[in-house]
Amino acid sequence: MNGCASDWCSRIREAQATATPLTIVGGGSKEFYGRPSTGTPLATGAHSGIVAYEPSELSLTARAGTPLAELEATLAQQGQMLAFEPPHFAGGATLGGAIAAGLSGPRRAAAGAARDFVLGAKIIDGRGDVVNFGGQVMKNVAGYDVSRLLVGSLGTLGLLLEVSLKVLPLPAATSSLRFAASEARALDLMNGYGGRPLPITASAWEARADGGTLTLRLAGSGAAVAAAQRALGGEVMGTEAASTYWRELRDHSATFFAADTPLWRLSLASTTPRLALPGATLIEWGGSLRWLRSTASAATIRDAMAVGGSGAHATLFRGPERARAEGAFQPLPPLLLDLHRRLKQRFDPAGILNPGRMYPEF
Amino acid sequence: MSRDAQGEHAEHSRVSPEAIAALSRILPAQSLLLTEEERRPYECDGLTAYHQLPELVLLPENEAQVIATLKLCHRLKLPVVARGAGTGLSGGATPVAAGVVLSLAKFMTILEVDPRLRTARVQPGVRNLAISEAAAPYGLYYAPDPSSQIACTIGGNIAENAGGVHCLKYGLTVHNVMRLRIATMAGEVLEIGGTGLDAAGYDLLALLIGSEGMLAVVLEATVKLTPKPQLAQVVMASFADVTQAGNAVANIIGEGIIPAGLEMMDRQATAAVEAFVHAGYDLSASAILLAESDGTPEEVGAEIAAMRAVLENSGATEVRVSRDEAERLKFWAGRKSAFPAVGRLTPDYMCMDGTIPRKHIAAMLSRIQGFAREFGLRCANVFHAGDGNLHPLIMFDASVEGELERATAFGTRILELSVEMGGTITGEHGVGIEKVQQMCAQFTPEELALFRAVKAVFDEFGLLNPGKVIPTPRRCSEYRLTGGAS
Repeated sequence: MNGCASDWCSRIREAQATATPLTIVGGGSKEFYGRPSTGTPLATGAHSGIVAYEPSELSLTARAGTPLAELEATLAQQGQMLAFEPPHFAGGATLGGAIAAGLSGPRRAAAGAARDFVLGAKIIDGRGDVVNFGGQVMKNVAGYDVSRLLVGSLGTLGLLLEVSLKVLPLPAATSSLRFAASEARALDLMNGYGGRPLPITASAWEARADGGTLTLRLAGSGAAVAAAQRALGGEVMGTEAASTYWRELRDHSATFFAADTPLWRLSLASTTPRLALPGATLIEWGGSLRWLRSTASAATIRDAMAVGGSGAHATLFRGPERARAEGAFQPLPPLLLDLHRRLKQRFDPAGILNPGRMYPEF
Repeated sequence: MSRDAQGEHAEHSRVSPEAIAALSRILPAQSLLLTEEERRPYECDGLTAYHQLPELVLLPENEAQVIATLKLCHRLKLPVVARGAGTGLSGGATPVAAGVVLSLAKFMTILEVDPRLRTARVQPGVRNLAISEAAAPYGLYYAPDPSSQIACTIGGNIAENAGGVHCLKYGLTVHNVMRLRIATMAGEVLEIGGTGLDAAGYDLLALLIGSEGMLAVVLEATVKLTPKPQLAQVVMASFADVTQAGNAVANIIGEGIIPAGLEMMDRQATAAVEAFVHAGYDLSASAILLAESDGTPEEVGAEIAAMRAVLENSGATEVRVSRDEAERLKFWAGRKSAFPAVGRLTPDYMCMDGTIPRKHIAAMLSRIQGFAREFGLRCANVFHAGDGNLHPLIMFDASVEGELERATAFGTRILELSVEMGGTITGEHGVGIEKVQQMCAQFTPEELALFRAVKAVFDEFGLLNPGKVIPTPRRCSEYRLTGGAS
């Protein structure tokens, strides 16, 4: 089979024939995420390396097992970056895992999500066929956008072999500012700034003993950052401290994420007022991402999403395995769930690729 | 001379009188266009070389009527072609013989502009530019700006994943739509996406955007609004040589600059446009580049200076920077009116839409010049150079025996070359019926089978916009046998 890495196509065909579920494992850095998967492990880390990278094309193609750290180092040498700032968590995260999980870091609200930077993907589907969607170019509307559909599908639709991404230049200048602000005030400020042409590339609010702290990251041309800094005021953070702060936030190594209390990821309209839920909150993405450490029940937390605008959803991001098995992700309405099940069935007729990793029904 | 839009999908059955009677029970009389005179304007979209007079055009007035119509057509197995403003350039809205056209033209309401959340909730028939106009009082706008933005609708933009001249920096439709309310062919209503930055489950929003009206009908959309930059300025550079112009594009990007717009026009295009809008283009140049910068005045000043230096070092023979907003708009007016300007020079033209890696732009231009000689037809080139997205405009006269065929063969060569160069047959106009054939060149039988499978998940009987985008296996085996000459 053309382009079929290693013996994976035959392993997938065999698994299909014998209806043996497989669990796709990249760097294992996001094993905690989603529903637990119990299939036979299929390790992809060995399928690694950059296939094509031309800085002036702003595009990079790499094998799914390539460590994010390696990609980012290669890009940085050419003054470029993965603009969606994918989390590495405890380390060892791979490109394939980042795309399969579809998670994005602090720059998401300003630059876009992982799915926004995916130009193409090569996968092995559940039949063991190698298929290619999208490409390496910036604009491509030939056929359905399957490569973006794969982002965040947690390996349930196919085994990623290669991914092509749009990359962007590193900003010439960066500066982070701190403000004392209550949660309500911070939400107000973030939503106000969002409507102005300011070079804010990350925002975060955390409770502090004295009320709370809003941290903003400005990035862009030196002139734009300096002008915004003058306009916004606040306390300028040291370069080293700022870069550590955003990295720890991205990778969940910051103190907020250290506790054992279940961690919920709430995705909602940025203008949603402070939620009346027990627990500690950390806000990102201009107000549309709220991390909650709370022992409140899943039902209580998901009911609270009703005030978060259409499509608001709560994910049990880190928590006991049993609780995640019961429902890591917001339940889907019946029609939508049915659509998911049928899509899964078409890509993976025997249901062998990461079954149940997302929802128990598929 | 016209072209049979149906290809092998032609069926000579008709919309039955019973079907018309059933539809007239669920729709008001004024929502059914029955006479030939009323139906004639719907026989084609922007791809005028292909037309098919629809037997029935429906213009429902509210969501309940759309849903009832879909349910009825689903039960009667009657094909449905949804239509916005009909400005599409690939025949995505070309009617099918024994089906109905479902026009969303009456859904023109902007339901809500939320300046705090920076979103607009709109009906599918709202014009692209109308969204930006409604958002303007809040210092916001809707970023994707296809050339047809005065007329094209958001529903059509979603169907085609429309781009524009600013998408290298601000993204395509897929990057700027947050939520859709859709109806499937069976009349089931689903909410996709949301007003947060992601949604639970698969990214169905990405799948639906650019699906060319084959998976669902858009009932409502929530789009992202972007703060209007304080200032925008454009640099116009002339080149004596297209290769130098192509290299200048790569050099700008290589410098770490993402221009708000980066466009290229060849001499044929500038000549056509200059006569039409008098934008002040350098007619002695082989190619001109337009590079826009936007942001704060400080940012724009620095970026314009950097781009000017790169352009001069890349061999530009003349560099001009827009002095004020009026001049900036004048520079752009030419580019934005390139299609109608070329339309004045020729009875017919065909617009190609291949996208290639930027490094091949110069090579592609010289190959196109070769094809033009080979087929004995003129071709003007306007490129979204920053994205590597090409719009060669092949000029022909359909009333001259053989010219349409030569133009089609010319276009096919460009598209196949785009795929060979590592690109795609369509960057933003869609496959429609125009490029169904070339899908066989870009995708393998397994890939096309997966597209058909996705289609079946949403529309098991293949009733929504049939015959578009995905070629049948038979058509592809013929294509491969004949090397694309069929």
